[in-house]
Amino acid sequence: MTGLLQFLGRGVLEFTSRSGAYVLFLWRMLAGSARALSRPRLIIQQLYSVGVLTMLIILVSGLFVGMVLGLQGYYQLVNFSAESSLGLVVALFLVRELGPVLAALLFAGRAGSALTAEIGLMKTTEQLAAMEMMAVNPMDRVIGPRFVAGLIAMPLLAAMLSAVGVVGGYLIGHGQFGVDPGVYWGAMQNGVDLVDDVLNGVIKSIVFGFVVTWVALFEGYDAEPTSEGVSRATTRTVVTSSLAILGGDYILTALMFGGL
Amino acid sequence: MQRRSLEIWVGVFLLLGIAALVMLAVQVSSAGSGSSDSYRITAKFENVGGLNVKAPVMVGGVRIGRVTAIEIDKEDYAAVVHMDIENRYDNLPIDTGASILTAGLLGSQFIGLEPGADDLYLESGDELDLTQSAIQLETLISQFMFSQGQGGDGDNDSDN
Repeated sequence: MTGLLQFLGRGVLEFTSRSGAYVLFLWRMLAGSARALSRPRLIIQQLYSVGVLTMLIILVSGLFVGMVLGLQGYYQLVNFSAESSLGLVVALFLVRELGPVLAALLFAGRAGSALTAEIGLMKTTEQLAAMEMMAVNPMDRVIGPRFVAGLIAMPLLAAMLSAVGVVGGYLIGHGQFGVDPGVYWGAMQNGVDLVDDVLNGVIKSIVFGFVVTWVALFEGYDAEPTSEGVSRATTRTVVTSSLAILGGDYILTALMFGGL
Repeated sequence: MQRRSLEIWVGVFLLLGIAALVMLAVQVSSAGSGSSDSYRITAKFENVGGLNVKAPVMVGGVRIGRVTAIEIDKEDYAAVVHMDIENRYDNLPIDTGASILTAGLLGSQFIGLEPGADDLYLESGDELDLTQSAIQLETLISQFMFSQGQGGDGDNDSDN
């Protein structure tokens, strides 16, 4: 009985202290990011590893997702002889949901895990401690530029995924099923709203970029300085940020499209 | 050299990302097609059926504007439809009629305008007087059923 109580209490205490550590880290990270803005070279370097290296997987997945949407959408719509709405269906799916969410999941798997492993290893090999010894704040030098880069890269990656996906849907819709190009793009332009759909999708992707980079950097910074600890931290990054993306997506969708 | 190629790649990445955003804004949604310069007219309908905001407004099958708002007139409980018409179509006569039509049998509904013959043109804020409500499939079906049930003598043949 007391064992159960202790288990419960420990769980709550651990959760609370971890949440607190997350928030404290957020403040220091934001301050470091503000100071990192005066060092654009560091940010460009991180944009390469966070953005450019993630771009290929985003483009390829976007193309295939768009093609699958084209196939599935056509098979269903043709039952109602509504294949003229194919462009609208593909575009709304991508711009509102799949673009931001899929890009964020891929981003967490490709860039987030790399960030955690990199920073965790820096901590394990005591590079962060060495920086502090030299009066260099790792928040300004290591964490800040990575956070800014993640924040910039994520909306661009999501937009790329949506854009490539729409083209993929067009390739299938027009190339395989012969949907008229004017009908495909026209239905899309009539139905997709710049503010309601596109802008909300971009806002989503910015929020996801914020969350994923935050989680990845914190888990790396907080990792136990052993090889096992780094591996656990990397796993936690992917799991936590994926859950945060999917749960956050529900909340954001309910807020944005629920008429609130 | 290595630094240079890294920076070029980052530049390519930023350009591609911005190009994708622009494509989403212009090609996917229709922000580029000048919806800003338009004038607004209203029309009262008894019943708008399944008409939606953003439904197209057409003349002879060509889209000239879109529905921006649908509300109820508090006095006579008629539905008031606000539409934005593009400015280049500024020569609609004031006796233009509006009716709610359906694209295909079960398709989405839109407003069809039939230009009249008057010399005066519609301006912003004008109201269309000649309107025809949406045809409701349920009403049609129930009328048909009733006329069938009455023994088929009366207006049964005039319907078809």
